[in-house]
Amino acid sequence: MDKLFNSGVLTAERIETVIPPRDLWKTKKNGLVIIECPQRIPCNPCYESCPTGAILPFEDINDTPVVDYTKCIGCGRCVAKCPGLACFVADLTWGAENEALMKLPYEMLPKPEPGDEVVCLDRIGSEVSQGKVINITEPWEDSTMVVHVVVPKDRVMDIRNIKVVKNNAR
Amino acid sequence: MQTTEILVIGGGPAGLSAALEAASLGADVTVLDSDLKLGGQLIKQTHKFFGSKAEYAGTRGFEIANFLFDEIEKYKTLGKLKVFTNTTATGYYKEDGVVSYMVGEEKYGRIKPQKLVFATGAQERLIPFVNNDMPGVYGAGAIQTLMNVYGIVPGEKVLMIGAGNIGLIVSYQLMQAGIKIAGIVEAMPKIGGYWVHAAKIRRLGVPIYLQHTIKEALGNNVVEGAVIQEVNNCFQPVGDPMEVECDTICLAVGLTPTCELLWSAGCEMKFVPQLCGYVARRDPMMRTSHPDIWVAGDAAGIEEASAAMVEGRIAGLSAVASLNHVSQETFYDRSAEYHQRLENLRAGEVGEKIRSGLSCVCCKQWG
Repeated sequence: MDKLFNSGVLTAERIETVIPPRDLWKTKKNGLVIIECPQRIPCNPCYESCPTGAILPFEDINDTPVVDYTKCIGCGRCVAKCPGLACFVADLTWGAENEALMKLPYEMLPKPEPGDEVVCLDRIGSEVSQGKVINITEPWEDSTMVVHVVVPKDRVMDIRNIKVVKNNAR
Repeated sequence: MQTTEILVIGGGPAGLSAALEAASLGADVTVLDSDLKLGGQLIKQTHKFFGSKAEYAGTRGFEIANFLFDEIEKYKTLGKLKVFTNTTATGYYKEDGVVSYMVGEEKYGRIKPQKLVFATGAQERLIPFVNNDMPGVYGAGAIQTLMNVYGIVPGEKVLMIGAGNIGLIVSYQLMQAGIKIAGIVEAMPKIGGYWVHAAKIRRLGVPIYLQHTIKEALGNNVVEGAVIQEVNNCFQPVGDPMEVECDTICLAVGLTPTCELLWSAGCEMKFVPQLCGYVARRDPMMRTSHPDIWVAGDAAGIEEASAAMVEGRIAGLSAVASLNHVSQETFYDRSAEYHQRLENLRAGEVGEKIRSGLSCVCCKQWG
């Protein structure tokens, strides 16, 4: 398990620690952030980018981020700013009972478009489910996209990436 | 012979920062860089930087280079700064303090500075394995140069050797260029780079083979594959060798400081494994045992570009101060700020190695 973590994959007990408080999460429109940043490194752009102060000030720039979830509005600005692409937003209030909306960082080609069916991948790039892209934003206009994708609600703690499959006919 | 108050050798993040600091304090500064374009490794970095706002955190490396270039232009226009690219410093003569240089491969020149900042960066390391001289085996720096400076992809499927930040970042950049990564091989039981960089690549489906090493490059005239094998805690091979399909092998197995000029200047040198090779002993202002020579960036020990930029600022500040161009107040204010920033950058888990390395080469004050 440690070896998996040491290769860059968040594992069981650590995943528990990044899950937002469930009661708040269930009803929070626009969603809450999940930050997977377990290592102390000198970095604080998530805090600098947060418009509501939900990411608490860093005493030491090497601190790992601490979130006040009551202030998080799921805007996804940290998702696009984090140099490690370690921030993700999941909105459990979105869509049908079994659906959720995820806002995932994306810096690959091809660029997805609204309406695209994409493959949702987990932390080791394995396929989890299909997903449907409904929006793409670029909050800082710096080529880091935030892809809004509809996913199965019970997989929001597994899905961390998408694979865009373009067929040539388009 | 040409003269200058401050000569900065190397126009990467450390050298440019040193030059800007010195020029901002009114010194007359000259920068030499062996490359065709300034910026060192910064211009090849398409990922966003870590650090704090003061080190442009969250900004891509090549854009940080552009900010530095804008400032350089400003001081060039003011006549305080001269830049010579495609110009390699070839020697330092301690008898008279003259630096010789070569422009391109034909023209030679000499310049006599009052003070010198060596920001000569680093060189890539190689590791031995069968056929490591075969076409298709690259250093990570070469791949970044091909891809991000000249827009050329090196191959179609790359095996990356080394999971430090460079190996992780270059893998990510290759994938952005549409190249497949066959895997990342790392001899240690843990990635050496930032965990989040590894996580980005893992979720793209790239395997990281911890405690593995490369045994052999396969192929007749060019790389057609590789053999990797697990190693134990003593780095001895265990288990069965495994064949990996790839047409390119990228070595990202570390850097070593470029320090030939420091040796010829007679600076006190010390071998410090944590700083990845021989480095000059220095005081907190980056001044070496030679009173007219400062050092900054990777040449002073392998570290991140964010730290290199701050070190450059410190060296530039101190060099100008030695010419009595700086008021005491400005000197203490800036020095305190820069040292605080460096301390912050080095305070984390990844900075531990740097901290222990620096404790071996830093002296409080030259006697």
